[in-house]
Amino acid sequence: MGKIMLRQMKENQSGVITAVRVRGELGQRIRDMGLVPGTAVTVCGRAPLYDPVALKVMGFTLTLRNNEADHIEVEVE
Amino acid sequence: METALMPAEDANPGSPTLALTGNPNSGKTTLFNALTGARQHVGNYPGVTVETKEGVCNHNGRQVRVVDLPGTYSLTAYSMEEVVTRDFLIRRRPDVVVDVVDASNLERNLYLTVQLMEMGVPLVLCLNMVDAARKRGIEVDAERLSARLGAEVIPTVARTGKGKEALLDAALRKAREGAGGPPLVISYGNDIDEAIAAMEALISSRAFLAGSGPARWIALKYLEEDGRILAEGDAADPALSASLKEEVRKVSVHLARTLDTEPEALISDQRYGFIHALLREGVVRREHDQNRLYVSDRIDRFLTHRLFGPLVMLAVVMALYRFMFTYSARPVAWMEGIFSWLGRLASAHLPDGVLRSLVISGLIDGVGGVMSFVPLILLMFFGIAILEDSGYLARVAYMLDRVFRIFGLHGNSVISYIVAGGIAGGCAVPGVLAARTLRSPRERLATLLTAPFMNCGAKLPVFALLIAAFFAEHREEVMFTITLIAWTGALLAARLFRSTVIRGPATPFVMELPPYRVPTLRGLLIHTWERTWQYIKKAGTVILAIAIILWAMMTFPALSDSQVGRFESERAEILASATTEKKAELEAVDRAQAEAGLRNSLAGRIGVALERVTRWAGFDWRTNVALLGGFAAKEVVVSTLGTAYSLGEVNPEQGGGLAERLAANPGWNRVVAWSMIVFTIFYAPCFVAVVCIAREAGSWKWGAFSVLFNTAVAFGLAVAVYQVGTLLGAG
Repeated sequence: MGKIMLRQMKENQSGVITAVRVRGELGQRIRDMGLVPGTAVTVCGRAPLYDPVALKVMGFTLTLRNNEADHIEVEVE
Repeated sequence: METALMPAEDANPGSPTLALTGNPNSGKTTLFNALTGARQHVGNYPGVTVETKEGVCNHNGRQVRVVDLPGTYSLTAYSMEEVVTRDFLIRRRPDVVVDVVDASNLERNLYLTVQLMEMGVPLVLCLNMVDAARKRGIEVDAERLSARLGAEVIPTVARTGKGKEALLDAALRKAREGAGGPPLVISYGNDIDEAIAAMEALISSRAFLAGSGPARWIALKYLEEDGRILAEGDAADPALSASLKEEVRKVSVHLARTLDTEPEALISDQRYGFIHALLREGVVRREHDQNRLYVSDRIDRFLTHRLFGPLVMLAVVMALYRFMFTYSARPVAWMEGIFSWLGRLASAHLPDGVLRSLVISGLIDGVGGVMSFVPLILLMFFGIAILEDSGYLARVAYMLDRVFRIFGLHGNSVISYIVAGGIAGGCAVPGVLAARTLRSPRERLATLLTAPFMNCGAKLPVFALLIAAFFAEHREEVMFTITLIAWTGALLAARLFRSTVIRGPATPFVMELPPYRVPTLRGLLIHTWERTWQYIKKAGTVILAIAIILWAMMTFPALSDSQVGRFESERAEILASATTEKKAELEAVDRAQAEAGLRNSLAGRIGVALERVTRWAGFDWRTNVALLGGFAAKEVVVSTLGTAYSLGEVNPEQGGGLAERLAANPGWNRVVAWSMIVFTIFYAPCFVAVVCIAREAGSWKWGAFSVLFNTAVAFGLAVAVYQVGTLLGAG
């Protein structure tokens, strides 16, 4: 349907990463964990204070902060 | 940090070295335990707080040295774990590297494998937890994977030891082959490939950084802008390093213009692309959709639920706390019993004098002091190992990150705080050690520096004494206020540190929530014992030395002969006179002598000298010397205060009339009491905690910092309380 930032994804929503726009340590960490263009992600939960967010990626659960999710662009259905 | 983190070591020709690498939660440490049993020790590299464990295992009559490298997801220079792993592989050149990968999580795990292959290390793959993968409907074709990777792949279940022998067979086969094969070459697309080719030629032609890795790998690290390799290159050959950077700049500009990306991003993308291609065509068979929810996810629905999550967490943390402090009480009492028996033994067999005092008050009390923490530390590490190995600790970090991040801390800082006395009555020593579970270096340092502000069990008698003397009718309110002050102070101090002495951006949170697992008892016991033993060995010796110094400070200089003579003659007078209450009077003389002796000692003299300054906070020499004694152990504050007020050695639990004495003393009032409470919360941790801070932070600088900074803050606050309170006439 359209491209949104990972932060805007709702619980149980799925999408495919289209871009990771951050450099340096954070960018490297995000990519090391498999969040690269083409990877499918599903938001599976949020911490009690709505931050960080938990994702399903390649079969495992990954958590990242909202301000880290801001650098990740996702194509959602 | 120096470049030569790992000095090259002579390879022992008799026993090959096997290095274990792998992602955190891949079961690497479980495999290590299965291979080496209890025959292992923690390798220590100066200035490095990351653990590298070593052990020995026998296979078909051959001894194999096994090294458990830190768990990492990648091989960048951003974390100590990765740097240690990289340096070990490059400088120590293990005969074979066994990379442990989680069979249910192959794609992400192979990301590290690919990087190891690009380094050209002799590699065997351990396809671990195949049983758990099968339960999830995931089947990996090890032979096909092996053929495609060009490395042996051995399926194992490390928890049960299944596949262990086959793995060792394969590893030793690989070790016998000598050096690893040619490094893996992945295509990173035309632009980068061309740049790599040009850089590789430059690097090879001058054997640039030949000791740091294969030429292609060095080129890749330049493209990834790897801080350590760039620094090494600049130092080794600035001109060549500059031309390599120029190549990187050119390709970066080109990529930014044409693809709107940068080399480091493209490199990781392509590595994952390579892995996807590798796993196609039947290497992995899945019964279900990859991102389906498993049992573990359903547990998380509850355990990280908006409402129940925090409630369960509160209960778990409280349970850890109760477990530690309830079950350690008895062993601690046994320890105390043993050491007081030793003390009586010594006093019965040694002549009165300095030697006896040294043996009893210095040596025996010193060793007793070290050992009295052991039950507590043992249980703390056991409890934390359960939380860690089960996967719950990661959930604590997840749920609390939002709150603790504000103060520049980590969600798991809460464990340190609680253990240190966040619920009044903990202990700073295990609190500091508990920070070890934090993988973020800056957050970890801020945690272990601020945890001692919490109200440990040994500070409580001081509060109890002052409350009994001045706030007897507001006991609960005052105790609650004290706890609140400690938390506020610790969090604000952490915030301050993180924007000054430990400045730096928050370590990226990007964290895996591993599936819940039942911890293995063996793993728990090994974990617990090895961490506790480290405390005894590393911290214990230093603690003993300082205990003896402190004993000397409280003992010397001794009273002169004429001073002692005066007390002796007083005693003789009482004995000679016909009073009936001789005994009480004699005791009074003894207590007066103890007070005079304390005042005359170096500690006493310091206390008297400090009066000029501490008057600002309302403290006289007696309070000073008691607080000084508190550096040895906070338990000592009350008993020293007793001696200083000629009450003899006061039992901290009962106070023995000290509260009445203070309440009646014109030098004391409510304002002075608050001033001392505030000072006690914040001033220097006891030296055992200081030794642990220095050890855990990797530098004595931080130990000294915590003594000076904490005392300065405590004094500043105490002065403020006393001055403002006095001004308002609150006394």
